[in-house]
Amino acid sequence: MLEVHGVFKRYATPQGPLAVLQGVDLHLAQGSSLALMGESGSGKSTLLHLIAGLDKVDRGSIRMGNQRLEQMNEGQLANWRRTEIGLVFQQYNLIGSLRVEDNLAFQARLAGRHDLRWQAHLVARLGLGDLLERYPEQLSGGQQQRVALGRALASRPRLLLADEPTGSLDEHTSDEVLDLLLELLDDSPSSLLMVTHSPRVAARLAEKVLLHGGRLVDAGQR
Amino acid sequence: MDVLRETLRALLSHWRQHPVQFFSVLTGLWLATSLLTGVQALNSQARESYARASQLIGGEPQASLSAPNGATFSQGMFVDLRRAGWPVSPVLQARLQLKGHEDLRLQLMGIEPLSLPSGSALAGQHLDMAQMVDFVGPPGRTWIAPSTLQALGLREGAQPQSLNGQTLPPLRGQVDMAPGVLLVDIGVAQQVLGLPAQVSRLLLSRDFAATEPRLPAELAGQLQLKRSGEENNLARLTESFHLNLDALGFLSFVVGLFIVHAAIGLALEQRRGLFRTLRACGVSVRRLVFCLSLELGGLALLGGMAGVVSGYLLASLLLPDVAASLRGLYGAEVAGQLSLSPLWWFSGLGLSLLGALLAGANSLLRAAQLPLLALANPQAWHQAHARWLLRQAWVAAVAAVIGLIALLWGDSLACGFVLMAALLIGAALSLPVLLDAVLNRLVRRSWSVLGQWFLADCRQQLPALSLALMALLLALAANIGAGSMTAGFRQTFSDWLEQRLTAELYVNPQNPAQATELQQWLPEQHLSAVLPSWQVAVSLQGWPADLYGVIDHPAYREHWPLLEALGEHPWDQLVAHDTVMLSEQLARRLKLRLGDHLSIPTPQGAWSPQLIGIYADYGNPKGHLLVNAEHLLRYWPQLTPSRFNLRIDPAQIPALLTALQTRFALDDSRIVDQARLKGWSTQVFERTFSATAALNSLTLGVAGVALFISLLTQSQSRLGQLAPLWALGVTRRQLMLLNLGQTWLLALLTLVVALPLGLALAWCLDTVINVQAFGWRLPLRVFPLQLVELMGLAMLATLLASAWPLFKLYRTQPADLLRSFAHED
Repeated sequence: MLEVHGVFKRYATPQGPLAVLQGVDLHLAQGSSLALMGESGSGKSTLLHLIAGLDKVDRGSIRMGNQRLEQMNEGQLANWRRTEIGLVFQQYNLIGSLRVEDNLAFQARLAGRHDLRWQAHLVARLGLGDLLERYPEQLSGGQQQRVALGRALASRPRLLLADEPTGSLDEHTSDEVLDLLLELLDDSPSSLLMVTHSPRVAARLAEKVLLHGGRLVDAGQR
Repeated sequence: MDVLRETLRALLSHWRQHPVQFFSVLTGLWLATSLLTGVQALNSQARESYARASQLIGGEPQASLSAPNGATFSQGMFVDLRRAGWPVSPVLQARLQLKGHEDLRLQLMGIEPLSLPSGSALAGQHLDMAQMVDFVGPPGRTWIAPSTLQALGLREGAQPQSLNGQTLPPLRGQVDMAPGVLLVDIGVAQQVLGLPAQVSRLLLSRDFAATEPRLPAELAGQLQLKRSGEENNLARLTESFHLNLDALGFLSFVVGLFIVHAAIGLALEQRRGLFRTLRACGVSVRRLVFCLSLELGGLALLGGMAGVVSGYLLASLLLPDVAASLRGLYGAEVAGQLSLSPLWWFSGLGLSLLGALLAGANSLLRAAQLPLLALANPQAWHQAHARWLLRQAWVAAVAAVIGLIALLWGDSLACGFVLMAALLIGAALSLPVLLDAVLNRLVRRSWSVLGQWFLADCRQQLPALSLALMALLLALAANIGAGSMTAGFRQTFSDWLEQRLTAELYVNPQNPAQATELQQWLPEQHLSAVLPSWQVAVSLQGWPADLYGVIDHPAYREHWPLLEALGEHPWDQLVAHDTVMLSEQLARRLKLRLGDHLSIPTPQGAWSPQLIGIYADYGNPKGHLLVNAEHLLRYWPQLTPSRFNLRIDPAQIPALLTALQTRFALDDSRIVDQARLKGWSTQVFERTFSATAALNSLTLGVAGVALFISLLTQSQSRLGQLAPLWALGVTRRQLMLLNLGQTWLLALLTLVVALPLGLALAWCLDTVINVQAFGWRLPLRVFPLQLVELMGLAMLATLLASAWPLFKLYRTQPADLLRSFAHED
């Protein structure tokens, strides 16, 4: 479903251009899950941002179905993020001025896909029933990440992109969040691409790849 | 010393990284100091001029003898009194115009230095014999203030000519001379002014006046004794004018301090981690606070220096209009150029330091109380927000109570200002509470997801923007209030002028003999009406006033509206009984009501007419009394008319003017036509309020700057709040428009609160401040067009304030937004 072909990306730095990605090829089937691993500065987040339409490739293509990201303008990319993608960040990035209930529904309402039943299901599965009236700053890290997860899944995206979703959490909470994520994926048609540098986390996904020297090295399937 | 140096280096590095905040603090201090010191410079210059004028002939306080109507009188009376053993000294004083300088208003004062009361000083100097000979002997001297010399564009030694061709003695600059006054020997003055053998007043020593000597019988009624302090009441008369300027300057100071407070508060928030690091590395609380104070002091000095310089420039720009207003309203001459003492400069810097301390005290306290081990993250905004709103609401309530007490029980100008301050402060502090309540209600009812975010995020921005919005509220309310008062005053004043100034010509005779001649000649000229009036200067409970005697004529019934009257026919009562009418401000000052009796000192003892009418007398700082002429002349039988109001067919005016000028040698200063008088009155009015209008506009500008700096300061932190929305599919253009909409919504809501606040302020100004300061009450008038214009101006100011931060947001690259999502891996 997700096809990444020959993607190059470089950034300008005071010391000269820095080539982060040098011809990345990636394929992710519908409903599957993939762990993207690599050392610090290997470009994992860069690749994720390119797939999310937050940044543009220098060369290559990223497509999902008949949509090609490199040909989209800003408005189309925004639409892409609204309707096709669910994003989960390491630092949660919830909207501080909205209550939990409104955060959960935010992206789904933006995409015009607000389904109260599906949201109720997510609330129940994520254990957020008692937290709906609170604001993000009143929650613990684990709770905030569960809300972020719920927000990302509420719009039933085709592709869920998670950038180190458990990176800020302790081990126990990390396992909890990951369990919930994988359970919920079973209930939805979304595919999952997760950036992680934890082999333990990567081991729970269907596939894993390693980013090294700006290129992907197949780290094997489970 | 190393610790101090390193701590300062660490603290100052913040400003290098955040130049916008540095600029904000400096700008706030600069603006605050600039406007207040500018106003203080104006007031200080004026008060110094009053002091010089009152000390022109100073030293021992003196008394004086003058004609009851203030006109000149024969030098023969001086001779008669000297022969009778009175140690009098003559003074002649009148307006003077010089050739080539007709636009400059000058006073020529002639004295006789040899006969001055002992201990008298001239312009701050006690003359020795050589100086006296130099002054009176040929060619003589004309003493002049250096500022007046400069205004004339002349040098020392020059000998300008009057309009009638008379040459003045060589000019000599004297530092302590009052501005606009030329001092010469009395003989020279009589010649130059064309008033041979005439005198304005006779000076007496205090000691002699204290013996309460009786005037010789032939002079009783022709001269009246005035003690020192009764004549020169400039400081007292102008006190209200200067207080109002002070109030405006103070308002601007407070608005400017809002900017400083916001910027310093933000700097504290952003350096929390730095403070904890410094503390953890061994910097004590005391040393940290000391360094922060040094930093604040340095900023205050920089901002203060800029503020004092621009305050001086501002005062220089406004001084001509202020001087013209004071001259027109009070007859006070103020030097046209600023000459300020070093104390003024230092006090300006002191103000800046004080302002910085006031604005930064809270931040210094919080820095001192910062716990060492707590996390560097700020408290949850929601809880802090609720606590902050509650605190604001409480303080606003206290301010409201203080205002209510001042309104119900206050009876002074100071109480009036307390009322206004309480109203403004209470409203300003209530603003965030009101805005939060409105936004909260709207959030619950919003229908779209972005609409919901729009309002919720607006609410979250309130603490960061509240100070700027408060400043905007105060500036808008001040503009509405002062604008409504000024426009209402203009309309009231204009209507009043139309009613009162009905005579086509006003003629002022040069002397009593001419007045008698005119009194016989004018009725023969076939005019519609000749309305003579007699005038006596009196002092009532220390207030200077003019007592006018008028004849009974339908013109007064038809064209002299009364604010209050006793009975149905007050003008008939004025003729038939021992009655008097007063101006509104005099009635208030003397605390008199209709039916009360007033005690007027006369040469024949106290006169107690009954008060039967009160009328408006806008713009007159002195008291004004009206009695029937026959009653007046019973007490001052030697009086002659001081003015003739003439009703005449306009087509006949040129012929009459020619006849008056030919037969009586009356120049333009003695014959005034209605149009010129109305024009002059209106001009004085406009110039009086031009300074107010300028300061109002500047205050609105300061508020706009406050908003701009608040938006710019928080634009960096906004990125972290907006990036998630962008990531979720909202475009940058949408974000920019939403942000603009938020700023406009907050400004619009502030405007909605400012409207009733401004009208309440206008009511305060009309019914409390004006009454306490000037003695007259104005009706509250609302001018919708003016309000619409101000609304437009406010929205434009908001757009300009938010333009740059929005443009920055629009131009933000995805890479910058992505940085919000960055983490260590």
